[in-house]
Amino acid sequence: MSDIFPRWTNKIPLMVGVAAAVVLPTVIAGITYYFTPKYTRVGYQPKQPVAFSHAIHSDQLGIDCRYCHSDVDKSWFSNIPSSETCMRCHSIVAKDSPKLSLVRESYSSGKPIPWVQIHKTPDYVYFNHSVHVNRGISCVKCHGEIQKMDEVHHAKPLSMGFCLECHREPEKHIRPNDLVTKLDWNGEFDGKKAVHDWKVQPGQSCSTCHR
Amino acid sequence: MASPGKSAAVKAPEPPAELVREPLVLNNRPLGWITDAIAGVCEKPMPVWWWPAFIISVGGMITMFSLIAYLVSTGVGVWGLNQPADWAWDITNFVFWIGIGHAGTLISAVLFLLRQKWRTSVNRAAEAMTIFAVACAGIFPVFHTGRVWFALLPGYLFPAPNANEIWPQFRSPLLWDVFAVSTYGTVSLLFWYVGLIPDLATLRDRAKGWLRRFFYGLFSLGWTGSNRHWSNYEKAYLLLAGLSTPLVLSVHSIVSFDFAVSVVPGWHTTIFPPYFVAGAIFSGFGMVLTLLIPLRSLFKLEDVITLRHVELMCKVLLATGSIVGYAYGMEFFIAWYGGSPYELYAFKNRAFGPYWWSYWAMISCNVISPHFFWFKKLRTSVVFVWIVSIFVNIGMWFERFVIIVTSLHRDYLPSSWGYFTPSWVDVMTFVGSFGLFMTLFLLFIRFLPVIAISEVKGVTPQADPHHPLGGAKGHH
Repeated sequence: MSDIFPRWTNKIPLMVGVAAAVVLPTVIAGITYYFTPKYTRVGYQPKQPVAFSHAIHSDQLGIDCRYCHSDVDKSWFSNIPSSETCMRCHSIVAKDSPKLSLVRESYSSGKPIPWVQIHKTPDYVYFNHSVHVNRGISCVKCHGEIQKMDEVHHAKPLSMGFCLECHREPEKHIRPNDLVTKLDWNGEFDGKKAVHDWKVQPGQSCSTCHR
Repeated sequence: MASPGKSAAVKAPEPPAELVREPLVLNNRPLGWITDAIAGVCEKPMPVWWWPAFIISVGGMITMFSLIAYLVSTGVGVWGLNQPADWAWDITNFVFWIGIGHAGTLISAVLFLLRQKWRTSVNRAAEAMTIFAVACAGIFPVFHTGRVWFALLPGYLFPAPNANEIWPQFRSPLLWDVFAVSTYGTVSLLFWYVGLIPDLATLRDRAKGWLRRFFYGLFSLGWTGSNRHWSNYEKAYLLLAGLSTPLVLSVHSIVSFDFAVSVVPGWHTTIFPPYFVAGAIFSGFGMVLTLLIPLRSLFKLEDVITLRHVELMCKVLLATGSIVGYAYGMEFFIAWYGGSPYELYAFKNRAFGPYWWSYWAMISCNVISPHFFWFKKLRTSVVFVWIVSIFVNIGMWFERFVIIVTSLHRDYLPSSWGYFTPSWVDVMTFVGSFGLFMTLFLLFIRFLPVIAISEVKGVTPQADPHHPLGGAKGHH
């Protein structure tokens, strides 16, 4: 049928095949890399109104996470400390530092410091801090090595896959309850036994988190 | 083929009179007439009735797509379904359309393997109908998911690695259904297309304008009719027939699992797979007759789609309709014999509960109407057959409605009983799906040969070189 189609058109199926073999994996790889929380969320580091350093407070001074985030083991919500909490020390330590002017202002006016929230669970996800913290899941598991950060950034993807990884194998992530806030702890622990003894039953059905 | 001179000299022995089969193409039509008659349908301008029919169908199709846009932008609440009947017209329409598709596969694959030569006159249109019906069927389960964009993401409907690290529930027949229906759609489309290639080449060779030549040439894939082409073609056709044959049984079996695997009284029965398959073939042949009876007279194809074809399809309706009737009876018997009060209640409620009208509509259309076809006189009256075929379509829609809605609206807990009423969006979406179906079918008539030209030629008497007419009148 050379009078309808020139000879080179015989190669079209091959060309389409080759193009598809190149384009399709590229598109899939691109979406997998650029469109997932590992890329879109990890590394988020907004500028905070006060240059508070977790590295100094937690790592150098060894203040327990729960000194400031005092409700994390009692509530679904891990509270951001009020400026009163800051002033417990800073009315004595570095009390005239210009870096702390906003804290002092907030303390006297009662208007909260406008911290920028970094870790956000979507509104269709139910997440409870206390149930995790009281069953040997350390802060570091979801927030990364906060104690080494001068300025906090989003360290873990916090994707659904990230949650499920731990819900499927909690024994790999669990640690002794009293070491939950020891962020740099790296000891041996019988996770299987703890999961059994503490009756840890992380749900995997949709309604565990999507209530 | 024998030379014309030889046929006069050698006479084939005449078979005994009572064994003579009615020919599949009447009036000793020569091969050239067959090509002209069938290719002519899509070469000449469409008759006057085609345009109003097409405009009405497109109107229906646009209505359906607009209402789907309304559904997606607003939510599934625009349909009337709600607790306790979470499935209603959506799944009814899905099963209705997917069932209609079954005649195409049965005719094209099973009858091909069983060497039923009469299939050649009806298989092309039946396969086209199958594909269009599957397209209509697919719309309903996809859009009843509500946030339909999730259906496209990996991990929800189709298993693929994804950032959520979830997989669909492999133990759910709803997932098997995704595979069953998409496999069915793909294989049907391939089968239809492979069968079309020789005819597309015929149309290409007859084409006048460059546009037709280009498109028919493109899709006929350089077919020249050489021996090698035919040999490859027939092997491919046989393989596809072999692949499609299990699908005739599997697709509707799996559709029935959507219900039978659950524990809802009225759904949880082992008879469902064969009962659904029989019902699907029943409804499919009903739709084939509804479409082909007008088609053969409007395009003067009575010599190719003969009364014998109509009669044979009526016999299929009779057989499958009887199976369906038996299944209705057996369901009631088992509901009583099984001794489960819930099951028994579900069936009593079907026949005498608030949806009694749908049950008796189903019984009168599906159980009574096919039994007219015990009589040859009625089987060969095309007007009568056409009317009955419409009743079969109506009855089979009601069957799915009865199964789905009457089982759901009253289950174990009387405090949560309810009554489903469709919303206007339900009704118009379903009506619109006929618009989509008919739009596609009218375009098929407009652009493609409605009967498999090359296959019909193969079953004419003159195609047989040993036949007295072989090669003589048939040569063109």
